[in-house]
Amino acid sequence: MRELMVRDAIREALDEEMARDNTVFQMGEDIGVIGGNFKTTVGLRDKYGDLRVKDTPISEQGFVGMGVGAALTGMRPVIELMFADFLMVCGDQLFNQMAKITYMSGGQCNVPMVVRMPIGGGRSSAAQHSQSIHAWACHIPGVKVVVPSTAGECKGLLKTAIRDNNPVMFFEHKMLYTTKFDDVPDEGEDICIPFGKARIVTEGTDITVVANSRMTIYAEKAIKKLQKEGISAELIDLRTLVPLDTETIIKSVKKTGKLLIIDEGHISFGVTGEIASRILPDVFYDLEAPIERMGTADVPLPFSPALEFPLIPDDKKIAAKIREMV
Amino acid sequence: MSAKKDKELAKQFYTVMYRTRRFEEEVFEFYKRGLMPGLAHLYLGEEAVATGACATLRDDDYIGSTHRGHGHLVARGADLNRMMAEILGKETGYSKGKGGSMHIMAMDKGILGANGIVGGEIPIATGAAYSAVLRGTDQVTLAFFGDSASNEGTFHESINMAAAWNLPIVYIIENNLFGISVDIRRVTKEHDLYKRAVGYGIPGEAVDGNDVYAVYEAVKKAVERARKGEGPSLIECKTYRWQGHHVGDPGEYRAPEELAAWKAREPLIVFKEKGILTDAEIAEIEESVNKEIAEACKFAEESPYPQESEAFTDVFVD
Ligand SMILES: Cc1ncc(C[n+]2csc(CCOP(=O)(O)OP(=O)(O)O)c2C)c(N)n1
Ligand SMILES: [Mg+2]
Repeated sequence: MRELMVRDAIREALDEEMARDNTVFQMGEDIGVIGGNFKTTVGLRDKYGDLRVKDTPISEQGFVGMGVGAALTGMRPVIELMFADFLMVCGDQLFNQMAKITYMSGGQCNVPMVVRMPIGGGRSSAAQHSQSIHAWACHIPGVKVVVPSTAGECKGLLKTAIRDNNPVMFFEHKMLYTTKFDDVPDEGEDICIPFGKARIVTEGTDITVVANSRMTIYAEKAIKKLQKEGISAELIDLRTLVPLDTETIIKSVKKTGKLLIIDEGHISFGVTGEIASRILPDVFYDLEAPIERMGTADVPLPFSPALEFPLIPDDKKIAAKIREMV
Repeated sequence: MSAKKDKELAKQFYTVMYRTRRFEEEVFEFYKRGLMPGLAHLYLGEEAVATGACATLRDDDYIGSTHRGHGHLVARGADLNRMMAEILGKETGYSKGKGGSMHIMAMDKGILGANGIVGGEIPIATGAAYSAVLRGTDQVTLAFFGDSASNEGTFHESINMAAAWNLPIVYIIENNLFGISVDIRRVTKEHDLYKRAVGYGIPGEAVDGNDVYAVYEAVKKAVERARKGEGPSLIECKTYRWQGHHVGDPGEYRAPEELAAWKAREPLIVFKEKGILTDAEIAEIEESVNKEIAEACKFAEESPYPQESEAFTDVFVD
């Protein structure tokens, strides 16, 4: 295993897949000459040329739709949206077109396309650049949804996403791009992480904690601290929301009897509520306490750090919640 | 125009341009000192556009602004203290710290908001123009946006409707040649963006965006036309930003010679070369603006951060 920053792991996955398969190409704003707003595509334009690593004008609806057209005709586009918030400006191409064409055609075609974009608050980027709106994508049948946490996960899941024959929306966390993780496979190893298989980060017996993306990192930190206090929590990192690995969650809750679900999206009508209701029939008689959930408060994300930080779960808030529950 | 009026207008132009310049310099300082949360897109080098354009407006007119909006707000006469406080995320800011640099809104000045979504404000501004028609007023709206925003669908959809229905709006493209690192010349075939007006059947014109007088004259004509109910216009102001895309961007993707050439004929130099104001008059303006700016900085720095509970207000109104 190697230690890498998330952004470099993502770049490696893109690089390897472009080298392996010349139908893979990329489009997005500022991904070429400067290698991306978050530096995830550095050097790839030089290596693969302007046509395969295309700097677009600011025309999201246009280039996302072009991805769909290219995917229908034999290519494997990887489209970058600079911020997940911008999926709203190309929502039609994502959700009425990309997601549904296979179905509407009665299976005559498929759309092997990946749309990558960063989510997450904590950077004083205010209401239009901080949202964690991966749950939106989950609500539309026909899209697979990936929410990786570590560098190794980003790499392995992105490789799987690019090889998948369906549309995949890949939500990276903007606050993790420069974080280093030591779980990246060695160079030359071609490791794809399968969709729908959650990762058990730490095993425990007192409570099950389910998280994804940056919340996994916060929860892991909280749980390490709680271990010293004698609390044993089991942490499950979902990796993908569609498909969702309910089996791993159910098995764990049967063991611990308690469940805390954490997701950075707004709490209402989102990921946490869906998971709770989906697994409840299977664990109803095993639960020793009500299922609890944490997420971002139901307000647009404010600019001032004095307002923003209290709204988003972090390791301290998670530790306090777990203490309260066990 | 009488000589006295010439002087007055010149003083107004220089005051607003210099005020914008100094405001942005101080924003940059706050960023460097770690006192400004997040990022800000500076208007340095583009001061003549907002200054000349907003000078043509009446108090009850509207403007739509962008992520690079400080200059538009200053030119529209927004309160510097409240602007700077907002940029520092303070309770006394225009949006109580909820908006920040990219979302400063000042409804009392007809400023329909800066905007974090490129092209996001163009339909909103167009809606304000439609509203003026509905309400039977002769208010005019100016929509400011960048060269690259003109490649969003919102631009084309809006300008087409405004043209079809003769709406009282002026579309002002601030063509600084770049959208972040992407040179507009790499992603459009026709680099003279004003020519797009032809396709919509409205007047289009390009002006030297670093010459406040050129901007003023062109926008004035378009505003008069709009106010008379004769419909929208498209004005392309050719200009250049001095800094990277935002305060944290070194902007190394641009040719240093290009930047140097534009800096050599930046708005304040172009203005001074006209020789309308004496050195003494300029010095007097600078002294008084420097005082205002120092006061705004002090006000912003000394203002408190909002209470946590503030995050939960303003989601809805009663
Ligand atoms: C819909 C949308 N796409 C992309 C972005 C990211 N972004 C912010 S500013 C910008 C460049 C805008 O260029 P231009 O319109 O020319 O304005 P300038 O920054 O040059 O003033 C980009 C791509 C955004 N904020 N919104
Ligand atoms: Mg521009």
